[in-house]
Amino acid sequence: MDNAHLLATLRERLGTGIIAVGEHRGDLSLTLAPGAYYAAAQYLRDDPDLAYHFLENLCGVDYLGREPRFEVVAHLVSLRHGHRVCLKVGAPEASPRVPSLTPLFPTANYQERETYDLLGIAFDGHPSLTRILMPEDWVGHPQRKDHPLGEEEVAFTFNQDSIYARKPFAKS
Amino acid sequence: MSQTTPALHVPTPQEITGPALAGKADTMVLNMGPHHPSTHGVLRLVLELDGEIVVNVAPDVGFLHTGIEKTMESKTYQQAVVLTDRMDYLAPLSNNLCYALAVEKLMGVEVPERAQVIRVLLVELQRISSHLVWLGTHALDLAAMTVFLYAFREREQILDIFELVSGARMMTSYIRVGGLAYDLPADFLPTVDAFLKLMPARVDEYEDLLTANPLWLERTVGVGAIDAEAAVAYGLSGANLRATGVPYDVRKVFPYSGYETYDFEVPVGKTGDIYDRYRVRVAEMRQSIRIARQAWERLSAMGPGPYITADRKVAPPPKAEITHSMESLIHHFKLWTEGFKPPRGDAYVSIESPRGVLGCYVVSDGGPKPWRVHFRSPSFINLQGLPHMARGRLVADLVALVASLDPVLGEVDR
Repeated sequence: MDNAHLLATLRERLGTGIIAVGEHRGDLSLTLAPGAYYAAAQYLRDDPDLAYHFLENLCGVDYLGREPRFEVVAHLVSLRHGHRVCLKVGAPEASPRVPSLTPLFPTANYQERETYDLLGIAFDGHPSLTRILMPEDWVGHPQRKDHPLGEEEVAFTFNQDSIYARKPFAKS
Repeated sequence: MSQTTPALHVPTPQEITGPALAGKADTMVLNMGPHHPSTHGVLRLVLELDGEIVVNVAPDVGFLHTGIEKTMESKTYQQAVVLTDRMDYLAPLSNNLCYALAVEKLMGVEVPERAQVIRVLLVELQRISSHLVWLGTHALDLAAMTVFLYAFREREQILDIFELVSGARMMTSYIRVGGLAYDLPADFLPTVDAFLKLMPARVDEYEDLLTANPLWLERTVGVGAIDAEAAVAYGLSGANLRATGVPYDVRKVFPYSGYETYDFEVPVGKTGDIYDRYRVRVAEMRQSIRIARQAWERLSAMGPGPYITADRKVAPPPKAEITHSMESLIHHFKLWTEGFKPPRGDAYVSIESPRGVLGCYVVSDGGPKPWRVHFRSPSFINLQGLPHMARGRLVADLVALVASLDPVLGEVDR
């Protein structure tokens, strides 16, 4: 399996679903239309000649000031061919939503929950899209570029009540 | 594969506590952790029990979330290396290496041959030391205390080597973008030689204690088995995946740092149970000794040489040069005040860390600080296999299972 062969196969299958193709030091990355993202992953997984069964990485990036502002990046590995391909899909700032890959790859479960938690990108079709790293009652998505770093007061037992009362999640 | 995937679900804690709180479940819900000593860190498990049988279990993570990825965005590329130590604190050098490789790939930096050999030697020692912690604590969880004492004795020797090299036992920050932080000390090679001569007999010693021990076999054989298909679907990696018979080792499939030139085997298991994971990791220690020995021989034959790239846009010039070269002074000043600026773009690199596939995705906007750094941490993803393995087993087996997955919570939560 090489990049050119895989790209030709995917072009034939997805047609205009591929928005952009990048190749950086031998790594192939495809920017896909939101409608083609799930289909591309499914095709890569299920086609017996491709067999990209291993979803190695899934994460989100916040390109603040660009539209679509968010991008979800997935790296798929074919253990049979020893080849890796990167799929990217954009999500608009107004309502960042991307199809979930969890029905195809159960391993995407935690990674999509993490992306939702930290960047606020929703994944349609995810079985249980809840926060995973931040507290359940947290307000906001800290990995976003417009979320300030720091400015969190450290709460100790003796002052936690007064600090929590000032927080966005304060319960009256 | 497509028929089985819908059943492979990783429950959230709320999915177990919800029905119980509503009074709809006949089963008992038990909270385990986040401070239970056998959970290897601040991992909380919500168990649904029928008597002593685990009906369902949901890992609850995030207690150690320190926002490392976010913090990295406000550090220069070279400063961010320090933060990588704090993720998988049992394998800081592997984290250093993964991050450095990703930034090097982004910039197209060539690392000198000698630095690559030192990197390989150190990360293989790191793999042994990390597996020793796993072995010691795993055996301790199953009430075999002697192994713990033996394993930590050898681990201390490896940490002494790291201290010799970097000045720190655990938070090494020794592997930097472009090469290494500084050159090896003079007594490095004899110290490593002594350790590599001693270690094979010590691995035999651990195996004498456990491999045929009836108590150990009782607790591990056939417990927590997972098949290859489910393991791949859950994205398990490292020894957890290889114990099921899938020979995915990044060092062989996507070689980095010259691993393709070393002679070693990838140990695999058959059934994917706890015992197979144990066998695979012990065999990996032996392979790591083999790789480290090859690297040691190359290093001895090589003699002194460069330890970091000669590219002055990435690595600072030597002090001697600064005193008489204006250009070197400028490079030095630029590197320490601003840092280097990789071109716009992104790069993804994965390495075989002691716990599995450790990936690093770096995005650059052309500035001196990374726009986004993401780590695909193997412990985080391996935890997803836990409910699948634990269902229908006893609570005591769950303790053995968590230890056999070898999670490091600093890496899970980052």
